[in-house]
This record gives sequence, C-alpha cells and structure tokens, in this order.
Amino acid sequence: MSTNKEYLQNEREKEWRVELRKKIANKERTAKERVRMNEMDPFERIKYQNREVNLGLTAEQAQAEAARCLDCPNPTCMEGCPVSINIPKFVKYIEAGQFLDAAKALKETSALPAVCGRVCPQEKQCESTCFYTQKMKKDPVAIGYLERFAADYERESGFMSIPEVAPSNGIKIAAIGSGPASLSFAGDMIKLGYDVTVFEALHEIGGVLKYGIPEFRLPNKIVDVELNNLKKMGVKFVNNFIVGKTVSFDDLKAEGFEAFFVASGAGLPRFMGIPGENYNGILSSNEYLTRVNLMNAASDEFDTPVIRGKNVAVIGGGNTAMDSVRTAKRLGAERAMIIYRRSRAEMPARVEEVHHAEEEGIEFINLANPIEYFADEKGKVNRMRVQRMGLGEPDASGRRRPIVLEGSDFDIPVDLVIVAVGVSPNPLIPSALSDLKVSKWGTIEVGEETMQSSIPQLFAGGDIVRGGATVILAMGDGRKAAENMHEYLQSKHQ
Amino acid sequence: MNQIVEKVLFSEKVAKFVVEAPRIARSRKPGHFVILRVDEKGERIPLTIAGADPVKGTIVLVVQKVGVSSAKLFELNVGDSILDLVGPLGKATEIHHVGTVLACGGGVGVAPMLPIVEGFKKAGNRVISVLAARNKDLIILEDEVRQWSDEVIIMTDDGSYGTKGVVTVGAESVIQREPINECIAIGPAVMMKFTSLLTKKYNIPTQASLNAIMVDGTGMCGACRVSVGGNTYFTCVDGPEFDAHQIDFDELIMRLGGYSSEEKIAWERYQ
Ligand SMILES: Cc1cc2nc3c(=O)[nH]c(=O)nc-3n(C[C@H](O)[C@H](O)[C@H](O)COP(=O)(O)OP(=O)(O)OC[C@H]3O[C@@H](n4cnc5c(N)ncnc54)[C@H](O)[C@@H]3O)c2cc1C
Ligand SMILES: Cc1cc2nc3c(=O)[nH]c(=O)nc-3n(C[C@H](O)[C@H](O)[C@H](O)COP(=O)(O)OP(=O)(O)OC[C@H]3O[C@@H](n4cnc5c(N)ncnc54)[C@H](O)[C@@H]3O)c2cc1C
Ligand code: SF4
Ligand code: SF4
Ligand code: FES
Repeated sequence: MSTNKEYLQNEREKEWRVELRKKIANKERTAKERVRMNEMDPFERIKYQNREVNLGLTAEQAQAEAARCLDCPNPTCMEGCPVSINIPKFVKYIEAGQFLDAAKALKETSALPAVCGRVCPQEKQCESTCFYTQKMKKDPVAIGYLERFAADYERESGFMSIPEVAPSNGIKIAAIGSGPASLSFAGDMIKLGYDVTVFEALHEIGGVLKYGIPEFRLPNKIVDVELNNLKKMGVKFVNNFIVGKTVSFDDLKAEGFEAFFVASGAGLPRFMGIPGENYNGILSSNEYLTRVNLMNAASDEFDTPVIRGKNVAVIGGGNTAMDSVRTAKRLGAERAMIIYRRSRAEMPARVEEVHHAEEEGIEFINLANPIEYFADEKGKVNRMRVQRMGLGEPDASGRRRPIVLEGSDFDIPVDLVIVAVGVSPNPLIPSALSDLKVSKWGTIEVGEETMQSSIPQLFAGGDIVRGGATVILAMGDGRKAAENMHEYLQSKHQ
Repeated sequence: MNQIVEKVLFSEKVAKFVVEAPRIARSRKPGHFVILRVDEKGERIPLTIAGADPVKGTIVLVVQKVGVSSAKLFELNVGDSILDLVGPLGKATEIHHVGTVLACGGGVGVAPMLPIVEGFKKAGNRVISVLAARNKDLIILEDEVRQWSDEVIIMTDDGSYGTKGVVTVGAESVIQREPINECIAIGPAVMMKFTSLLTKKYNIPTQASLNAIMVDGTGMCGACRVSVGGNTYFTCVDGPEFDAHQIDFDELIMRLGGYSSEEKIAWERYQ
C-alpha cells in the first residue's frame, strides 16, 4: 500500500506538505551541507564497551537536515528501502517539527525504526538511491540519522504510541526465534487479533540484536523498549525453549498452535578449516560476541570468562568482524587487526562502522588471508601465517575475486584470533522436520511473495531463508509472512 | 519453574539434584543434556540428564563441584529454583541390541552413563559396568547401576573400595574374559582417552561422551568444537557422543584448558 503511486501522490499533495515545500527554494535546500552525526571522542569511547558511539542529532540539526530533502515527486529513495518506508513523509514531518508524527509515519511500515536507523546499511539502500546521490552527485539526505532521531524522540518523549490491537480471534500461532523477523511478525499478528507466542532458545529475547550487535552500536535498552511494547500488546515470550528439542512441532500442534513462523536465524559459524584453527584462543565471532554481549563476560561480576588479547586478529570484513575487532579494542587490545582477503572497497560492513573502526585505531591488513596458526606448548595460539592476495576478475557477486600471490607469506604474532568469515543457516529446525524443503545451503525454501514453506502451515523468514542478510530484510520478511499467514488462516477458518 | 525438589549429597563434592522441568522430562532420551544458568550473573553450564520422571515432571542432574558455576549450583537447596534451564540438547545415544555391552564410567561420568546402561539393558543386552573413581567416597550411583547391569566392577585408584587400579585395568579383565560387542566410555577426558586406546587394541566399537566447553549448546558459537576423524564437529549438536577411536583426545584435553587461567581467577574471587 505504501508504495502505491496514488497514495504517495495524495500524501504529497496534503496542504502542510505543499506549504512546507514552498517555504524554502530548492536551490537553497541543495546548497546545505549534510549534517554530521554527533559522536563520542574516539580516545574516550574505546574505554567503554557499553557506551554508544553515535550520540544522535539535536532537534535543530534534524530539522536542518530534513530541510535538505526535496520532497521529490518521484521519491527514488524509497526504492532503496527494502520495506519501502514513506521517507519524504517522515522527513517532512521532522522539518515541520512534528516529531511524533514522523515516528508514526515510520511505524506504518517498520516495527523497529530505532534499530534500523542505527544498523541499516543506508549507503547501500535508501541513501544510495536518493536524488542527491543519483542525480546531483552530492551527499544524500541522512535518512538513517533522521529515522533514528524520530524514533528516539518518540521513545524519550514518553508518548510512545502502542498500536491498537483487534479483539482476540482465539487462533494460536507461534513464532520460532526472537530476532527482528519474529518481532515484526509478532507485532503484525497480535494487531490482527491472533494469540501469539514467541519461542526463544536462549535466555534472552532479541536474537542477534541482543547477542551479536554490541552495546556501543545498539544499546539493549532500545531493543527492550520495543519488546515491552510487544508484551503490552499481548505477545507472549517464552525463553529457554527450543522448538524441535524441548517439544516437537507435533506437540505444539497438539497444544493448539495452528501455524508457525520460523525465524531461527543463521547462527551456525563457519570456520576456514586451516591447520591449527582449533587451538585455544581462536574462536568464532559468535562465541566472542555472545560471551561479551549476552553473558557480560567483560564485567568482573559475571562468571563467564573471555580471553583478553593484546594482539588480536579478526578475520573477515563484515559487520560481525567490525563488531568483534572494536570490542577487542575496548577490552584492552594493543593491536586490534582486521585481516581481510579483499580490499577496502569490497568490505561488506557498513561504511560508518569501518570509518569508526579506523578512528579507533583498528589496523586494516587487507588483501591478506590466514593459512595456518601456531601455538605455544599449552596449545594457546601465538602466531598466524598470512598470505598476500591480489584482485582478479569480478565474480558472480560483482566483487573482484581475490587471488593468491604465491610466496608472499608472512607471520603475525597474535594471542587472540576471532574468525568472522560468515554463518550458515541454523540446522535445528530443518533437522527436526524431515518433510521441510531446504536448499543445498540449508536455507528453508519459501514462496518469494508468501514466505510459505513446503509445509503449508509453516512460514519462514529472515536469515534462515536468506542465509545471513540484514535486520531490515528480516523484518520485511516477518511482515510479509504475517500478511500471508493471516490470509491462509482466514481461508481455513471460513 | 526449575524448582529443586530433592537434593542428595553423594560426597562432599558430588550431589544429585531432582529438578522440576516437565517438558524436558517428557522429551529427553538417554545421552541428552541440559544447559543451565544458576543466577543472573551465572555462566551457562552443560549437565547431562541422569534420569527423568515424565509423570512427576522432574529430571535428575548429578553435579561435581569443580569451579565457580558448579559450586554455585551446589549452594542451592530444596525449594530454590534454577534461573534458566534449557534442553534436552545433543543427540540421543543410539541404543540397540548388540549382545554384550561394556560400560565404563569414571567419577561423575557414571551419572550420564546410568540412563545409557538402563537403555542397553532394556534393549536386551548383557551389560557389564565398570565404575571407577579416585576413592570410595567418589563412587556414585552404584545401586542404580547394579539394577541395570549383569555385573558391576568397582575400581578405585587408592584401593579403598573394589579393586585397586584405574578403569582400564577393570575393563581389560572383562575383555580378556569374554567377547564384548560394544563399549561406552564416559568420564574425564583422560580416562576416555585410555579406555579408547584399550578398546581399539581389541577392535571393539566404542562411543565416548565428550564434555567440551560450551556456551549456547545450540550450535551457534563453536566453542565446543572437537576433531573426529580429521573433521571438526560441534559437540553440542553433532554429539556429545562420538566414535571414540576417531576422536582427537589430546586436542580435547588441550581445549578443556582454554580458560584455565580465567577459571582460576574466578575461583579465587569466589572464595
Ligand atoms: C555481529 C553481527 C552484526 C550485525 N550487524 C548488522 C548491521 O549492522 N545491520 C544489519 O542490517 N544487519 C546486521 N547483522 C545481521 C542481522 O543481525 C541479521 O540479519 C538479523 O538479525 C536476522 O534476523 P532473524 O530474525 O532472521 O534471526 P536472528 O536475529 O538470528 O534470531 C534468531 C533467533 O532464533 C533462535 N532460535 C534458533 N533456533 C531456534 C529454535 N529451534 N527454537 C527457538 N529459538 C530458536 C536463536 O537463538 C536466535 O535468537 C549483524 C549480524 C551479526 C551477527
Ligand atoms: C555434554 C556435557 C555433559 C556434562 N555433564 C556433566 C554432568 O552430568 N555432571 C557434571 O558434574 N559435569 C558435567 N559436565 C561438565 C560440566 O559442565 C563442567 O564441570 C562445568 O561447566 C564446570 O563449571 P565450573 O564453573 O564449576 O568450573 P570451571 O572453573 O569453569 O572449570 C572447571 C573445569 O570444567 C570445565 N568447564 C568449564 N566451563 C565449562 C563449560 N561451559 N562447559 C563444559 N566444561 C566446562 C573446564 O575445562 C575445567 O576443566 C558436562 C559437560 C558437557 C559438555
Ligand atoms: S529502514 Fe533502513 S533502508 Fe529503509 S529507510 Fe530506514 S534506514 Fe533506510
Ligand atoms: S530522494 Fe532524497 S531528496 Fe528525494 S525525497 Fe527521497 S530523501 Fe528526499
Ligand atoms: S556450545 Fe556453542 S556451538 Fe556448541
């Protein structure tokens, strides 16, 4: 509905927007510089594991930035957003100083704007298709910063709107996993009147938002506010519960659950399979980040230990790698290094995170790939061998393929290595359901538009379908699944 | 939830807890384990389900006090609750009719062995159990194991009970005496390593249940990785039982020491 041309046109022709457009000439708008995010000083921030780097925009900054947006008749920015947020509408509300309305406009399409404003790779999505980027070769409107501003404003105002919930229809449904896909699914289904239970294997609700992404990028309290809203709306959360293990799908059906949304994530870490990789002091980014974020291992009061390295190498160039290396820096590493087999330009991490990492003194050893690890007599890693890489022709993903430069090996002393070379789909659910159709990569196969799997009452979305994607894509899947499951259940109950 | 309904001290360092966990009690099978967290500050530790009563909705855990987390659990009493408890985890033991089964349990490893012994007995096998510990006080669950075994051999390092000697001495005496079709080894890694070397010599298929360090227990972190037959597996989802003759026990022992300095500091702080 939100992408509907006519609807967009009608919204755009509303009097307040027409007035606002007239207030400042486009020439003046485009002459303005893009706002800069207020940040904690790099030397100060690396002392704290749990303080957010980005401090947010002030109301004046946000309004000035919003004034840059031209309220385009054909807002191309929306094409870059996987859930087609009505960007000009919320941005113009900010320009007009109606921040709560801006937040409401965001919530028409996104369940977690405070999260997406912080973690979406905007430079590849909405901001990459902004008129400024595409036609004017200028810095795009800071859509992400503005999204965060509106959502934070609403939360801090104490006027957070809890969406209305339809009267209960008594139909029990379950969401499996409690990451962003399930949260947005649960929000939509509870609004439609379903009896929604979210089952989570870990002791905390939130999926990667809790155990993966660190506090300095996404504070837990922001996620908790969203969770509390869902609870207030009536969503039930059950932690320490593994569907397929604690109970089977048949058990849940016997308890009256009529349909399932599986969003169990891509939580299976990949290793490289090179010699010495099982030495102590070499761990997956999932293990490292889980120890620090979920188990609070960096705090003395908590029992879970974490190795504090002086020379830390993190293998990979994605968000997970950046989060790990910056965590290591904050836990006292003297040398915190990224070892990445391609060049900076191919790094899949958000540009802002790479930039922040550089400011924090992270060393980037690009075009390099580990080939072997060495350890002391106790089996603790103390050295790694790295091979230089060059860049060849672009591969299927369009990124230039790394090629080995023979005879270019060199050694780096290390006492902690974190492997962040990707994850595979979590096999728990597929292995519990023999008639579920899965791809050769282990992802659950679903209809692209319906999110329905080969088992009709089972829908799926997020990383278990996409194999390692983004928060916003996971949320989009949750919404699509909700819409289609609703249709499916309504026709069944006719 | 997860209330402790019974606590029995087997010795100063080993206790049995009967805990309310109705769903787990119904779905668990021999070989499964749980992960628990005693309190808000606690770590997640794996413990094998040593028994269950699906009607009462309880499971049995047998714990040895070895460090901070197990000591914290030890402090709990009847009426207290365990904050988080999740399971059943891991693959269940493959129990089948093979003939004669030799079950070797070392120390607290006898607890996870008990349901497996029961399973093999009920599947119609002849079961010979060897229980080994440092001394008499550390021999646990003898009567329960006897109930499901055709014969029980007790071994203690100091000779304070049963025969003096390590587990392999008892096991080898049985192997030399009669044909054994399958062997199960559960206990400290070193004990499993030598049991495995012994049965390899006699070509007896052997399963060992590994106690790798774990965090989540769902295959998400890789802390529990072990090398089996040259490939890396995750103990929590691919195990905990593996073909003992293929396991790289030296690597397992090395990895179990991965956090020893951190554990020592934590223990000193705790005391
Ligand atoms: C360190 C890190 C940083 C990232 N940074 C970004 C970023 O900056 N921007 C971005 O857009 N994306 C980022 N991502 C990716 C993003 O977090 C994921 O794409 C997203 O979280 C996927 O959501 P999901 O709902 O599919 O599952 P997840 O968030 O993975 O949650 C799945 C949950 O299901 C649970 N579960 C699994 N099996 C079962 C079962 N059988 N029963 C019950 N529960 C089960 C798991 O315990 C888990 O909590 C990052 C990922 C990581 C790991
Ligand atoms: C599948 C499985 C089943 C187990 N079943 C039992 C059981 O039935 N009864 C029992 O007493 N013990 C069992 N254990 C071992 C038990 O989990 C550890 O003794 C316990 O975690 C130690 O914690 P701690 O803080 O008391 O000791 P620590 O001071 O942390 O460590 C002491 C020793 O325990 C090992 N250890 C530490 N943390 C872990 C961890 N998270 N996971 C595994 N080992 C660890 C260390 O290698 C060290 O040797 C099992 C382990 C596994 C993997
Ligand atoms: S959800 Fe993400 S992609 Fe969409 S507008 Fe917001 S920041 Fe941009
Ligand atoms: S494309 Fe850019 S300038 Fe145009 S409406 Fe979208 S954000 Fe505003
Ligand atoms: S304990 Fe984390 S993967 Fe096994």
